[in-house]
Amino acid sequence: MSVASQDNAMKTGRAARVFIYVFLLVFALFYLLPFFIMLVNSVKPLSEITGGNMIALPQVWTLEPWLGAWSTAQIGVEPTGLRPYFWNSIKMVVPAVVICTAIGALNGYILTKWRFRGDTLIFGLMLFSCFIPFQIVLIPMARILGILEISGTTTGLVLVHVVYGIGFSTLYFRNYYAAFPTELVRAAQIDGAGFFQIFYRILMPSSGPITVVCVIWLFTNIWNDFLFGASFASGGAAPMTVALNNLVNSSTGVREYNVHFAGAIMAALPTLLVYIVAGRYFVRGLMAGSVKG
Amino acid sequence: MAVDTSVDLRTRLQNWLPKIVLAPSFALVLIFVYGFILFTVYLSFTDSRMLPSYGLVGWENYSKLFRIREWDVAIKNLAIFASLYIVICTLIGLFLAIFLDQKIRGEGVLRPIFLYPMALSFIVTGTAWKWFLDPGIGIENTMHLWGWESFEFGWIKDRNMAIYTIVIAAVWQTSGFVMAMFLAGLRGIDTEILKAAQMDGASNWQMYRRIIIPQLRPAFLSAFVILCHLAIKSYDLVIALTGGGPGNATAVPATFMYSYTFTRNQMGIGASSAVIMLMTIAAIMVPYLYAELREKKG
Amino acid sequence: MGFLDIKQATKSYGSVEVLHGVDIAVEEGEFLVLVGPSGCGKSTLLNMIAGLEDITTGEIAIKGQRMNGVHPSKRNIAMVFQSYALYPNMTVGQNITFGLEMHGTPKADRDKAMGEVAELLQITPLLGRKPGQLSGGQRQRVAMGRALVRNPDVFLFDEPLSNLDAKLRVDMRTEIKKLHQRLGTTIVYVTHDQIEAMTLSTRIAVMNGGYVQQLGTPKEIYDNPANVFVASFMGSPSMNLMEGVVRMQGAEAAVEIAGSSGVPVLLPVNVAAQRLDGQTVLLGIRPEALTDPDGADKNARRIVTLSNVVDVTEPAGSDTFFTTTLAGKDTIGRMRADAVAVPGQVAQMAINMDKAVLFDPTSGDRIR
Repeated sequence: MSVASQDNAMKTGRAARVFIYVFLLVFALFYLLPFFIMLVNSVKPLSEITGGNMIALPQVWTLEPWLGAWSTAQIGVEPTGLRPYFWNSIKMVVPAVVICTAIGALNGYILTKWRFRGDTLIFGLMLFSCFIPFQIVLIPMARILGILEISGTTTGLVLVHVVYGIGFSTLYFRNYYAAFPTELVRAAQIDGAGFFQIFYRILMPSSGPITVVCVIWLFTNIWNDFLFGASFASGGAAPMTVALNNLVNSSTGVREYNVHFAGAIMAALPTLLVYIVAGRYFVRGLMAGSVKG
Repeated sequence: MAVDTSVDLRTRLQNWLPKIVLAPSFALVLIFVYGFILFTVYLSFTDSRMLPSYGLVGWENYSKLFRIREWDVAIKNLAIFASLYIVICTLIGLFLAIFLDQKIRGEGVLRPIFLYPMALSFIVTGTAWKWFLDPGIGIENTMHLWGWESFEFGWIKDRNMAIYTIVIAAVWQTSGFVMAMFLAGLRGIDTEILKAAQMDGASNWQMYRRIIIPQLRPAFLSAFVILCHLAIKSYDLVIALTGGGPGNATAVPATFMYSYTFTRNQMGIGASSAVIMLMTIAAIMVPYLYAELREKKG
Repeated sequence: MGFLDIKQATKSYGSVEVLHGVDIAVEEGEFLVLVGPSGCGKSTLLNMIAGLEDITTGEIAIKGQRMNGVHPSKRNIAMVFQSYALYPNMTVGQNITFGLEMHGTPKADRDKAMGEVAELLQITPLLGRKPGQLSGGQRQRVAMGRALVRNPDVFLFDEPLSNLDAKLRVDMRTEIKKLHQRLGTTIVYVTHDQIEAMTLSTRIAVMNGGYVQQLGTPKEIYDNPANVFVASFMGSPSMNLMEGVVRMQGAEAAVEIAGSSGVPVLLPVNVAAQRLDGQTVLLGIRPEALTDPDGADKNARRIVTLSNVVDVTEPAGSDTFFTTTLAGKDTIGRMRADAVAVPGQVAQMAINMDKAVLFDPTSGDRIR
């Protein structure tokens, strides 16, 4: 997002400017408050939450809820904490993102630099696959995973996320490479470079920014996924989001809200970290979801 | 393309390589997306219950589907949710963007604050909001402790109002992103046009209404398409926030499909509901994507 | 048979034929310029020579070897692109030697070749830099270096100067010409700029609508255009074309046109035109052939002087262009810078009819 020219600004009176600032600050509060409250209440003992004010800072600071959520909380029937599920998610996200990005980069390269009759149709079909409601594929997917004997496993989830991530990664790289000068590819052809050499030597070294965008997008999407996780990997192979939902909704005993919040923040942390580190690219990734390159 | 007989082997291989490399992922998409869609469409015409079965029953699942009260509720909920969600997100996003575009001090701080919820999982959002909206310990309780004894906010427990709590949480998560889209649109407007409008004597209000907002048409369209898409797919948030309850008061097509297919063993009906969802999204996305791809060509 | 032979080459996209039976034979050491307006097919033809686009029918041969379907890298050609197409991630040195590397030349030989080329083009100090750090003129040199290092049979240039500013363009033009004279290489050069075409080439192919309109030396093209298109495309300001009627004056033919006051003017022409007596023709007069009487070519056989109203003058420093009305149309002439002409007043003008050409007004073809 460009922050360059800001000449749209109106000439406004004092009152109007005060109003604008108040409006913006109120919304900033609206967006910040929930996370602030989660954070504050995740370091309070339970007694302070049930009896007290949710906005107040803790009287007694404690890391108990965090430790509990990480290693001892009851997820489903086992008191394992979220730790194993956190690793499940990592084991799912990393290969899925890597494979998907690699495929997307090659596809984008082919669809822009080696155009052939019908390539737009192929791209259109891939693009539309980004936008289907995944309910439409749940039943056959469950069957296929069963047939391949990878249902209920992290491997199965990796496959699912790769298949349904190809559309987006192809979209990103196609739009990016479309602006990459075709003359460079032609020059390399005359120089004698082959299909893969052109990709490695000419396009790849210039693909840093779009790779970051694509990785961020895939990472947040796959990490945050719930539907596929809940459908195909319940139990020991469940990803973080499913485990968090189980933690929050397991109705045995006292509801340990502080533990829930600690868990929720843990589930949010990786994507938030990505957002903080690479916010600029994050926005670009979101915007590309609107197809415009 | 005329293939010449004198073409050497390496050249011919080079000509085929792109298609060979593209083929596997295209095959994956063809099978796992379009093949699966066809399979689900087929199932929707069968008497499948717990497992797929292949006895054709014609349109029976569809006619049954529209007689189920819960589907009725789900459709109505989706209509309420989608329209409010889209309108409110667009309004908030537009105003935040316009206000943020007024040479605001601290824009660099505000922008990421507005946007960060989009990075979170709907499950996290749902967990947080579920608690704030809980009358026993959330906002209502806090107001009581602050001395506003008569304050009441029990929508999440109210069959008629619970769907609106989902709107609130969803707006919280997405409106900042809509803001970013509009802000990018605003920053892309040619400032010379605005100078010309000022010379013509347009007031601030007229300038926005007549010149700027009409030029944001592409941003409006993109925002609309994305919000529609998110609304129809919304599953996680409902599960995390209300679980579809109280009762089935906040059921939406996504939760309906899941529960009929996997917990109530009515796969045929579940499949038919998924087909209806797909049709709805396709009706919005296909013209949009078609126009986008055509533009690129021209 | 030439060094580079293009025989009846056509190009179609689907059912649309964009290049129709092009025949050009280029001799070794020739500098052929393909010139024409955008969309005339000149770049398509160049890409076909390079092998970047297929030939639909016909044949292209280099040194007698048929090149249809041969991979670009195996034709022993080099190309300089409009955008220079320098690999942004590689240094200048790596850019120059990439092609040799791809062809498996050992590192020592590559470095030697690179050193020679860099010396020739005076870019040795730039070898370690990235393209992004270079000026437009420097990039241009690197792009040429990349082509030269391969020692190809044929050099292809695709509008290489169009991204440079006006002054640099003139400098680089001279440099390319020097290089050609020194190395004696065979060059096919595409441009839409007719001045580039005139100054650089040993032969020009003027193209329009997928046809070669005329193929010839710059002088032939300029003095004896084959048709109205070539006449008006080549030369700046372009040739004045006016309708007139052929009148025989004894054995000599003349074309009658209307002067600014409507008075008919008779212009004798260097064409045996008895058969055209009384017919309407298009008379073409280049601006430099319409001048002040003292500026006219003393050696010309047919000089017609007339008094006509000057409408506009445009002093250009070295000469003064002026507009006057002949045959009811704005007609541009060029007089010496110190000749006196006042807009709105009658001035003496001379037309050198030796240089005038006639065209058929319906077909646009030259009448000889």
